[in-house]
Amino acid sequence: MDMNAYLSMFIDESNDHLQSLNENLLKLESAPEDISIVQIIFRSAHTLKGMSATMGFEDLASLTHEMENVLDLVRNNKLKMDNFIFDTLFKGLDALESMVQDIIGGGTGKADVTAIVASLKAIVKGDYKKDAPSGKATSTSSAGSNDGSVLDQFQSSILLQSIEAGMAVFHIVVTVREDCVLKAARAYMVFDFLEHSGEIVKSSPSVQEIEQEKFDRSFTVFTIASISEDELRKGIESVSEIESAVITQLDRESLEQLGVASQGEPTASASFAAAQAVVDTGRSQTAAASAPAAQAAPAAAGANVSRTIRVDIDRLDTLMNLFSELLIDRVRLEQLASEVRRNDLTETVEHMSRVSSDLQNIVLKLRMVPVESVFNRFPRMVRDLAKSLDKKVDLILSGAETELDRTVIDEIGDPLVHLLRNSLDHGIEPIADRIAAGKSETGTVHLRAYHSGNHVFIEVEEDGRGINREKVKQIAIKNGVVTAEEAKRLTDSEVNMLIFAAGFSTADKISDISGRGVGLDVVKSKISSLGGHVTVESKEGKGTKFSIQLPLTLSIISAMLVKLGSEKYAIPLSSIVETGIVPREQIRKIHGNRMIDYRGSVIPLISLAQVLACTSFPEEEEQETEIVVIRKGDKIGAVTVDEFIGQSEIVLKTLGKYLTNIEAVSGATILGDGQVALIVDPNALIK
Amino acid sequence: MGEELKVIVFGLANEEYGIEVEKVRTIERMMPITRVPKTPAFIKGVINLRGVVLPVIDLRGRFGLEESEATDSSRIIIVAVNDLEVGFIVDSANDVIDIDSDSIDTPPEVIGGIKAKYLHGVAKIGDSRLLIMLNLSEVLNKSEIIQLEQQEV
Repeated sequence: MDMNAYLSMFIDESNDHLQSLNENLLKLESAPEDISIVQIIFRSAHTLKGMSATMGFEDLASLTHEMENVLDLVRNNKLKMDNFIFDTLFKGLDALESMVQDIIGGGTGKADVTAIVASLKAIVKGDYKKDAPSGKATSTSSAGSNDGSVLDQFQSSILLQSIEAGMAVFHIVVTVREDCVLKAARAYMVFDFLEHSGEIVKSSPSVQEIEQEKFDRSFTVFTIASISEDELRKGIESVSEIESAVITQLDRESLEQLGVASQGEPTASASFAAAQAVVDTGRSQTAAASAPAAQAAPAAAGANVSRTIRVDIDRLDTLMNLFSELLIDRVRLEQLASEVRRNDLTETVEHMSRVSSDLQNIVLKLRMVPVESVFNRFPRMVRDLAKSLDKKVDLILSGAETELDRTVIDEIGDPLVHLLRNSLDHGIEPIADRIAAGKSETGTVHLRAYHSGNHVFIEVEEDGRGINREKVKQIAIKNGVVTAEEAKRLTDSEVNMLIFAAGFSTADKISDISGRGVGLDVVKSKISSLGGHVTVESKEGKGTKFSIQLPLTLSIISAMLVKLGSEKYAIPLSSIVETGIVPREQIRKIHGNRMIDYRGSVIPLISLAQVLACTSFPEEEEQETEIVVIRKGDKIGAVTVDEFIGQSEIVLKTLGKYLTNIEAVSGATILGDGQVALIVDPNALIK
Repeated sequence: MGEELKVIVFGLANEEYGIEVEKVRTIERMMPITRVPKTPAFIKGVINLRGVVLPVIDLRGRFGLEESEATDSSRIIIVAVNDLEVGFIVDSANDVIDIDSDSIDTPPEVIGGIKAKYLHGVAKIGDSRLLIMLNLSEVLNKSEIIQLEQQEV
């Protein structure tokens, strides 16, 4: 079998699985007791392992296999997640990611992962915890299943604590009748009763397995009960189809006899607070353990709700092109129909128009992707960054379903990484500073996306220290970004924007201004290349908000269509300030350059016909000249044109590879009549 | 016998030229061309070919021949070479023929004023017909265009 045919599918799916692993591992980190998440992680890892093995990527498969072993123990309640396990699993994921990257780059996906594999193996064996006697975790992990006597360290210490605190601890073996039809349901009723009358510390087999009827006829429960043995027995036996309940009250010795409390003494002698914490953990574990089994199924089903199909982006482009052809024909047909004036023809054409405008919407939507695909890599990044900076940070995502054009999605990731890094590194203060400032020690970073009009906004907002404007000004003056004179006249928001200036980006210069501005000039230029803007708002001591405004799609923009003699051109609306008419006598000449008075300031007048070497527009003969006032940054200029045609949504096209770097032309578009009109690059007009 | 080549035959200034058929995407009738400013004179502009904007080169201009008005028989041959897609305006295009690659000779030193490097060879068909095979990658060589632009400036 030729595996290459499946390689792209493998890569796509591996990336999906890695993403899901990352996401769910993060989720698990914030809710370590939720076994349903472990189930999802396990399934993803398992699929990934299978795929890798099929494709012959042995290293990938074996690393995944080791990770799976750890996860298997966790999901069967034989191992509790802790920081070491999380870190190791994340390291494993990173290794898997780089292996997949290698495969994408044409490599074999081989990597030296012995260290990680050793750690994973140590976790499985249980000897990674220096303080836990080796072999104990092994017994919990390997003995497993129906032997109810196996308790782990936490569970036994809970029981021990409870006994010492004078509470009644019972070991109950419940046996269902042989003819029992709904074993799981009966078991559930028993559990329900036990939970009402105390705490279930441990059940064997696990709650999941019992609910899946993965037990024979009996199961064992360790419980701390608030009622007497008799009441317990009565309660359990009142559940129908239960044959017997053998209840043994446990004391220290009997616990030890179960062979699990051998090291209970040191644990027990730990401070009471620690023991309390253990009991709390135990409680939440029981609570969590009974619920997830029921939730697991719907959660798993919910994960794959959106049914999708992967399409080559080139095919979509072809579809777009063909479709714009259709639109052009539609315009022509409409024109013909209005000339022919036949009712049935007009009606048909009108119907076609409606259908095709619906089609147009769909075709455009096909290229839209939720920003989720970009956002979902940030929780992990923020986690790692916060750890390395020794800060506490909550990342709150919202609006991940907001859709953007595929081309924008591909480009927006890097700028966001920069902004988030900046927020974490320089915005959020170290824990001590936050407490000193009277803030909660955990900083909050909001990453949100939303639609507004024809734009999508993406914001990165933190509650950190804000921008110190005076320092920014000083640095800007020192680096020659602005003069001292200019600095005095700058508004607050203009000062904030200084951090995007190129002069701010080198490391040694920014170290003394709280580091604001690392590489932000890159962010700004990237965003403007996407046709968007970045703004920054900041309150000292309160935090900073970066706001990115992006066009919905790169392939369609609003433009002003203008005429120069027989030729038509499009000027992007985003750089137009206003349009107007100037009588000839108001045009002045200063140093041989034509200027006009525009709202109190003198701005240059640029002849578009001259720039574009257009001969069919005799500009000198005009008594009144139409002008388009355009802006490039803070510079303004007026462009003379022959005639305005009107505002229109245009589809951007490139001029192809043969014609590159045409002065003052940024691309082309196809007008309703099928003619090509060039798009003027306003940035090239203002020097 | 050498390999059989399928060739599109087109006319330009009373000569017959050939392009291998696999390099030709389509042959179109003349259509409106949008001028692109500040490009060499032989680049006539861009056309809309079913939604794709493509540059169009007047082949007469490219070869330094005298340019002429488009006629009813004028065609735009869309070629794709080295991931460049370009249209050539030619006087006529009306034939597809098979030629034997053995019958292609290296071009003589001087042919009708066209630089020899644009030519791949000359094919003899039958007794009297001569077909000039174009070397497309030279015709579309961009570094030369840049030189041309600099000369004009």
